[in-house]
Amino acid sequence: MYLYDQYDQAMVDARVAEFRDQCQRRIDGKLSEDQFKPLRLMNGLYLQLHAYMLRVAIPYGTLNGRQMRALGDIADTFDRKYGHFTTRQNIQYNWIKLEEAPDILEALAKVEMHAIQTSGNCIRNISSDHFAGAAADEVADPRPYAELLRQWSSFHPEFSYLPRKFKFAVIASETDRAAMRLHDIGINIVRGDAGELGAAFYVGGGMGRTPMIAPLIRDFVPLDQLITYTEACLRVYNRYGRRDNKYKARIKILVHELGAQEYTRQVEEEFAHLLTQGIEPPRAELERIKSYFVDPAFDANAPDVIDRTDPDFAVWVDRNTHPHKQHNYVSAVISLKPVGGIPGDATADQMRLMAELGEAYSFDELRVIHTQNIVLPHVRKADLFTLWQKLVEAGLGTPNLDQIGDIIACPGLDYCSLANARSIPVAQKISERFAASGKGEALGELKLKISGCINACGHHHAGHIGILGVDKKGVENYQLLLGGSEAEDTSLGKITGPGFSEDGIVDAVETAADVYLRERQNGERFLDTYRRIGMEPFKEALYG
Amino acid sequence: MVDILRFRTDEAVDHPAVTVDSFLDQSNATAVRIEPGDDARDLLPHLDRLRLIEINFPTYGDGRGYSAARVLREAGFAGELRAVGDVLVDQIGNMRRCGFDAFEPDQPLDSSDVENAFNRWPDVYQATGDGRVPIWNLRHPGSADG
Repeated sequence: MYLYDQYDQAMVDARVAEFRDQCQRRIDGKLSEDQFKPLRLMNGLYLQLHAYMLRVAIPYGTLNGRQMRALGDIADTFDRKYGHFTTRQNIQYNWIKLEEAPDILEALAKVEMHAIQTSGNCIRNISSDHFAGAAADEVADPRPYAELLRQWSSFHPEFSYLPRKFKFAVIASETDRAAMRLHDIGINIVRGDAGELGAAFYVGGGMGRTPMIAPLIRDFVPLDQLITYTEACLRVYNRYGRRDNKYKARIKILVHELGAQEYTRQVEEEFAHLLTQGIEPPRAELERIKSYFVDPAFDANAPDVIDRTDPDFAVWVDRNTHPHKQHNYVSAVISLKPVGGIPGDATADQMRLMAELGEAYSFDELRVIHTQNIVLPHVRKADLFTLWQKLVEAGLGTPNLDQIGDIIACPGLDYCSLANARSIPVAQKISERFAASGKGEALGELKLKISGCINACGHHHAGHIGILGVDKKGVENYQLLLGGSEAEDTSLGKITGPGFSEDGIVDAVETAADVYLRERQNGERFLDTYRRIGMEPFKEALYG
Repeated sequence: MVDILRFRTDEAVDHPAVTVDSFLDQSNATAVRIEPGDDARDLLPHLDRLRLIEINFPTYGDGRGYSAARVLREAGFAGELRAVGDVLVDQIGNMRRCGFDAFEPDQPLDSSDVENAFNRWPDVYQATGDGRVPIWNLRHPGSADG
């Protein structure tokens, strides 16, 4: 994985010094709260309902054991001994003191980490495929391109005060595991006619209150023009994106209002101009970055068998491992969704254990999935049983990947100052309900996602089943959505009808699940059945 | 405290800047002020007779002025590019990188904070036309294609 050189380290160290100075000026009264707010936000520091929250960047979700251990230690020293992995492949701490924030940044900088641009109206942490470098179906490892974009976007002087936040995802596979087309810019690394690599650009996707699927605006950008083309996309947005209404300020609205064709025309014009400006990095830089992402030394002679004698282990293998390009390895997913738990939370001890397991069994590499789980990308099949035993012992062996218990939930009204309703208790009740009845296993793949407000941090639009918490005359109310998908068959869920109470929504999810169990045909997933039979049978069961 | 910062040796223009509309209408003015909604490219045919372009930041959070500055510098404007309005010490470093060479903030700036702001970053990641060599070129000193 990528390691800092002296330049990267100096940039992060300078940022720590800058933020320490900004905090001091705030404390001295030289900065008003209004002036300080965007500065702290660009360092990932939010003021939430009960305390400051600090969001730490995990670029493209990749980290090593030392970094994961440091995250655990920070949870111990500065928070309440746990942290929350997010849908942006980041981690956030919920109980931070402002005056300690510079010290946390300093602790992060020691392990080549930071909180740069994890919030604010700027380019955010760049996400990617959590199986990058391990999956058999990718055309290349997408992370070198994400790293190049990380450097380009860090402290970009022209794009630090965009109309609104800006999110990238970079993948390199026809199978989309990163919700690529639901980003402001989604990049798919593809092969051109002559077999050379290039980038397909999708611009103007997003969730939030106006969900949109990004249109393709350029099917092939040569890699030696990647940064220049990206800069053209951003400049058109910075100049013409709406600033009169924060709810219409995302690039998806600009692309929608101009039309993809006109937006593309403007980008191409800006691109032609920027090509004359010499802003592209030298090609050697991409090669330098790529050298950090070469395959680890796989053991070609490791046994290609898994002993499935233990039935619980066999279930976990079926649920929580993913095929690896190396036949005698797999990628193993650590579920942070224990039955009745808080989705994405991990304790300091669990983080340190995961660090140790990553070092011992996965070439010192871990990944964060946007579904709020952790991946050990390169595990020898021969090591799986031992690994599983250690996970089970630490409460990390839940076999529910992509099942109804593997819920994405935003922090909701338990933490978030924007939320209208709680998300976590709803997730806990659903998880408990389906675990107790055993139906979770029978349902197979069923992605359930919960947001506590219309901003959609819990990706409810993209859930096979989505839940949106709203405020209805002072009472929490939950709308049910069906039919969303964040995968390569991207679709947006549709609301079933009137909302439900907190307990009512748990019943409603079970009712919808029962319709599927009754109607499904030969191996269909919930989503397939919904797409075949439509909304009516579900409505009938829910409201009939 | 600092009321106006200027990184130029030529003499400052001594008359007020006019709006883009009135500049385009007539005028032999040599100073113009761009508001966030103006298109800086409208000025490109006239750059040779402009000595000062002010770019107004009514609020620091409106970042259109950064793009306007780069557009003008990329087109070869060599006169004074002055940031005016809600210009704060935590933004002037970025402004300088985008081509501003003068700053006229509504509220005076603390001079030691100003010095910090301009000297904070040992290097930079991007090429923005301000003459600083980006880190990726420092890493590959022989490369001409950057």
